[in-house]
Amino acid sequence: MISLAGRDILHSWGKFIFTGMGLGLLIGITLSMAGIYRGMVDDAKVLLDNSGADLWVVQENTLGPYAEPSSIYDDIWRGISGMPGVAQAANITYLTMQVRRESGDVRAMVAGITPGGPGIPGWPPFLVAGRQITRSHYEAVADIASGLKIGERIKLRRNHYTVVGMTRRMVSSNGDPMIFIPLKDAQEAQFLKDNDAIWAQRRRTAENPAFNRPGVPGLLDAIIASQSINPYVNAVLVRVEKGHDPEDVAESIRRWKRLTVYTRSQMEEILVGKLIATAAKQIFMFLVILSLVSSAIVAFIIYTLTMGKIREIAVLKLIGTKNRTIIGLIMQQSIALGLIGFVVGKISATLLMAPIFPKYVLLEPLDSAIGLVAVIIICVLSSIVAIRAALKVDPAEAIGG
Amino acid sequence: MSGKGIQITGLKKRYGRGDTAVYALKKVDMYVAPGEVVGLIGPSGSGKTTLLKCLGAVIEPTAGRMILGDDVIYDDGWKVKDLRALRRDRIGFVFQAPYLIPFLDVTDNVALLPMLAGVPNSQSRKRARELFKALDVEHRAEAMPSQLSGGEQQRVAIARGLVNHPPVILADEPTAPLDSQRALAVIRILNHMARKFETAIIVVTHDEKIIPTFKRIYHIRDGVTYEEAGQGRDLE
Repeated sequence: MISLAGRDILHSWGKFIFTGMGLGLLIGITLSMAGIYRGMVDDAKVLLDNSGADLWVVQENTLGPYAEPSSIYDDIWRGISGMPGVAQAANITYLTMQVRRESGDVRAMVAGITPGGPGIPGWPPFLVAGRQITRSHYEAVADIASGLKIGERIKLRRNHYTVVGMTRRMVSSNGDPMIFIPLKDAQEAQFLKDNDAIWAQRRRTAENPAFNRPGVPGLLDAIIASQSINPYVNAVLVRVEKGHDPEDVAESIRRWKRLTVYTRSQMEEILVGKLIATAAKQIFMFLVILSLVSSAIVAFIIYTLTMGKIREIAVLKLIGTKNRTIIGLIMQQSIALGLIGFVVGKISATLLMAPIFPKYVLLEPLDSAIGLVAVIIICVLSSIVAIRAALKVDPAEAIGG
Repeated sequence: MSGKGIQITGLKKRYGRGDTAVYALKKVDMYVAPGEVVGLIGPSGSGKTTLLKCLGAVIEPTAGRMILGDDVIYDDGWKVKDLRALRRDRIGFVFQAPYLIPFLDVTDNVALLPMLAGVPNSQSRKRARELFKALDVEHRAEAMPSQLSGGEQQRVAIARGLVNHPPVILADEPTAPLDSQRALAVIRILNHMARKFETAIIVVTHDEKIIPTFKRIYHIRDGVTYEEAGQGRDLE
C-alpha cells in the first residue's frame, strides 16, 4: 500500500516546508525557553561549584548570601577556622550592581574575596587570560561574559579598578557575570556613601548630645571612626577537611557560633527551589502557552489542509477506502509537519537562538527528546479535529446532486 | 468476474416521515446485463442522483431488492455488512468530473483501488497499465493528473472504475465536460470495456449527443423508471 500522506507531502512539499519552518521557529523558541531554565539551574550550580566551599556560614535565620541579605562580622572566620573539621574559611561579599566602564556599563555580581590566592574559597578557580589579583586594592578579575578586556579600567562606586585577569562561567544565579575584587574594596563599595552624606552624618553625630558630651574627649572621634568603616561581610565560605562529614561540621558551627550554616545540597535547594523558582514558573508557563499555541497552529494547518481535500476524501470513501487509511493520511501529515518543525526548531535553537540570548542557554539532549515526544503528541492531538471533519465527509459528496 | 449484471426490483427511497415524507424513488425496476451499457435519463429532480446513490450503496433505499451478479445485496435492508468493501470490490464509479487524486500519479490513482483491496502493489500497477493500454493513455502512466487533458483524465477515471473488474459501473454524466468527439469516444470506450470485461454499465446523462448511442434507455420521472428501446447508433 502506498503512503498517501507521503505522496501528498511530496506533491505540495513547498507548502509543508514553509509551514514546518514557521512551526519550527515556534518550537525553537520553546526549546530555547527550556534551555534558559536549564541554564539558570546550571548557573546556580556553577556559582556553588566555583565558590570552592562545602559550607556557607550566614547570618542567623537568613537564606543568605544569594537568596537573602546576610550580614556577619568579618572576624567570625577566625573562630570558624579553628573548629574541628574545617580546612579553610574565608570571608566573602556579594554585590550585584552596574559596573561603569568607559563605554556604558555592565551589570555584574561583584564578589569581594579575601587576600591570599587561588585555592582559597571564593577565588576564581581558573583563569583564561591574565593573572589573579595580587595587590590589596583596585585590581579585578572579570568573567569573559562581562565583555571586559584585560587592562580595561572600570569604576565601582567612587573607585577605579584595573582588570588583570579573565575567567569563564563564573556567573551569578541570575546569569550576571562575576567580577572579583579584594574584600576590603568590596566592603567599602557596599557601604560607601557620597561625600555630602558623610558630611551630613558627621554633623548629625556631632550635634547629638549623647555622642558629643562635654568632658569626654575622644568620644565623638571614636564614634565617627566607627561609622566610617564596614566590619561586615555577607558570608564565610568553609572548606571541610577530608574525612569529615560537612553536616557534622555545619552542626558544630551552628551550635557554637549561633549562625546559620548551609551545606552544598541545602544551598542548591535554596538557589534552585527558591531563588529561581519564580523564574522557573514563568518559563514553565511560557512553555505551556507556547505548546498551546503550537497545538492551535498545527490543528489549524492540518484542518485547513484537510478541508482542501474534502472532495478527494469523499472520493476515497466512495471507492471504499477504510477510515483508518484516511485517519492515517491526516495523522501522518500532522506528524510529518511536527517532525519538520522539530528539526527546524532544534537547529534554530542550537545555531541561531542560543548564541544570541543574553542568558546561558543549556540545551540538554534529554530535553530535546522530551520535546520531540511532546511535539508528536501535540501533532496527534491536533489532528483530531481534522480527522473528525474528514470522517464526517459523506461519500455521496463525490456523486453530487 | 462477470456475474449476471445488476437487477433492481421495486426499489423505493423515502426522505422524512409522516406528513413530511417525500418519495424520491417510488418504483424503480431495472436490469442491466453483463457487457451492456444502458442510459438513465430524466429531468432534474426526477430521482437520478438518488437512484445512483442507492445503487452505489452510498445511501440506503427504503424498500425493494437489488441483485448484483449472483448476490442479493439489498432486500428491504442491506444484505452486505461492509458497504465500503462492496463499493470497492464490486461497484465501479465514473463521475462527471474525473476527481482524480491530485497528489498521486496516473498509475497510482488507478492502482490505489486494488491496493486498498489488498492486492500487492506491483500487481495493482500491472492491472492499471493493462487498462491504460486498452484506453490509449499508456504514455501518460507516470504523469500527474494536472498534466492530463480533460479527455485523458476521464479515460483514467474510467480505468479506475474498471480496475477491480466490478460487475457494475455507475457513470454519472461522464461526458458532460467533453466536446462531441470526445464524448462519443468515451461512450465508445465504455461499450468496449463493458464487452471486454462483461461489465454492466449504467450511464446517467443529459447529453443529447450520446443518448442515441444506447440500445436501451431507462427514463426516470417522478421516481418511477420506464424502459424504452434506444437507437443504438453505431459508434464505429
